[in-house]
Amino acid sequence: MADVFRKMGSMAINGIWQLGFIARFFWLILVYSGQSFTRIHLTLRELYFSGVMSLLIILVSGLFVGLVLGLQGYETLQRYGASDSLGTLVALSLVRELGPVVAGLLFASRAGSAVTAEIGLMKVTEQLKAMDMMAVSPIARVVAPRFWGGVISMPLLAALFSAMGVFGGWLIGVVVIGVDDGAFWAQMQDAVDFRYDVLNGVIKSGVFGVAVALIAVFEGYDCVPTAEGVSRAITRTVVSSALAILALDFVMTSFMFRG
Amino acid sequence: MSRTTMDLWVGVFVAMGIAALFFLALKVGSISGSDIQSPYLLSARFDNIGGLKVRAPVKVAGVLVGRVSEIRYDNERFQAEVVFTVDGRYKFPTDTFANILTSGLLGEQYLGLDPGGEEKLLAPGDVIKKTQSAVVLEKLISQFMFSKAAEGEPAPAK
Repeated sequence: MADVFRKMGSMAINGIWQLGFIARFFWLILVYSGQSFTRIHLTLRELYFSGVMSLLIILVSGLFVGLVLGLQGYETLQRYGASDSLGTLVALSLVRELGPVVAGLLFASRAGSAVTAEIGLMKVTEQLKAMDMMAVSPIARVVAPRFWGGVISMPLLAALFSAMGVFGGWLIGVVVIGVDDGAFWAQMQDAVDFRYDVLNGVIKSGVFGVAVALIAVFEGYDCVPTAEGVSRAITRTVVSSALAILALDFVMTSFMFRG
Repeated sequence: MSRTTMDLWVGVFVAMGIAALFFLALKVGSISGSDIQSPYLLSARFDNIGGLKVRAPVKVAGVLVGRVSEIRYDNERFQAEVVFTVDGRYKFPTDTFANILTSGLLGEQYLGLDPGGEEKLLAPGDVIKKTQSAVVLEKLISQFMFSKAAEGEPAPAK
């Protein structure tokens, strides 16, 4: 019996310890992030690897999500004779929820895992220690630019995802099925408010960007420096990013959209 | 990959992202909050507001002139008080009629204003006195059924 409690206690202590470690790590990144902006090419390089290289998967997935939303939405709406509202359905579900969340999940598995692998491998090959020896802070030189690259590219990718999704919905609704073009856009514009819907979606994607980038660099930096440790760290990055995104999404939705 | 091509791609990426944001802001959404210029507040009391919600449109002759900003229950008059903002460009006479209407058969409810013929204009903060409540479908049906039932009854003996 005492063993069970001991296990629970050690789990709680470990959890809190890890939380404190992440918080201190986050603080260190913020403190050392001056260099990622004075030597902007460090951050630009990360923007290229996590932003530009994710473009293809984000654009294609956004298009397909929009196509599916168009088909399924039309299928349901036309039963109630409301097929003109297809634009509203597609745009609201993308801008508020699907855009930030799905783009965040894709970003975590496409870019977050890569960042973890890169930093983890640097730790295995003792490059981080070497940097420390040369009085170059690895957090300023390696971690902070990757963090900011993720934070900046995430809202842009989410916006691209939503825009592509709306285009996909339009393609199915207007071009293929034949919903009236004017009604599609007019009803959409009537229902989607810039501040209430679009801006809240952007805020969501920004928060997801911070969460995913922080988890990715932390898991890489914290990994056990073996081949197995790196692979476990990558798995943890994807799993905890996905959980963090979904949990944060619920919390933010309940604050933002209370009808 | 050389520095310049990388910079180019990052520039293209950022430009695309910002273009997508503009697309979402202008084509998908409408910046309706700032459409209303120099707004002022008016209010109206209703016996029943039906399904009217905050941010519902306020329309005159079908044109959007404002939005409902607050709905509360007045516990002294036992009525609902609806506060709404109206675009400063539009003025209405004091005998304006406020109705709660529905767009379409199942659409959302909105506040419709019918301007009267009075010379004096409503000032900011004024209360519209002539109102008509929302039509509640159940009441309408029960009225119809009672009147039908009354028709069927034999005339009372004199």
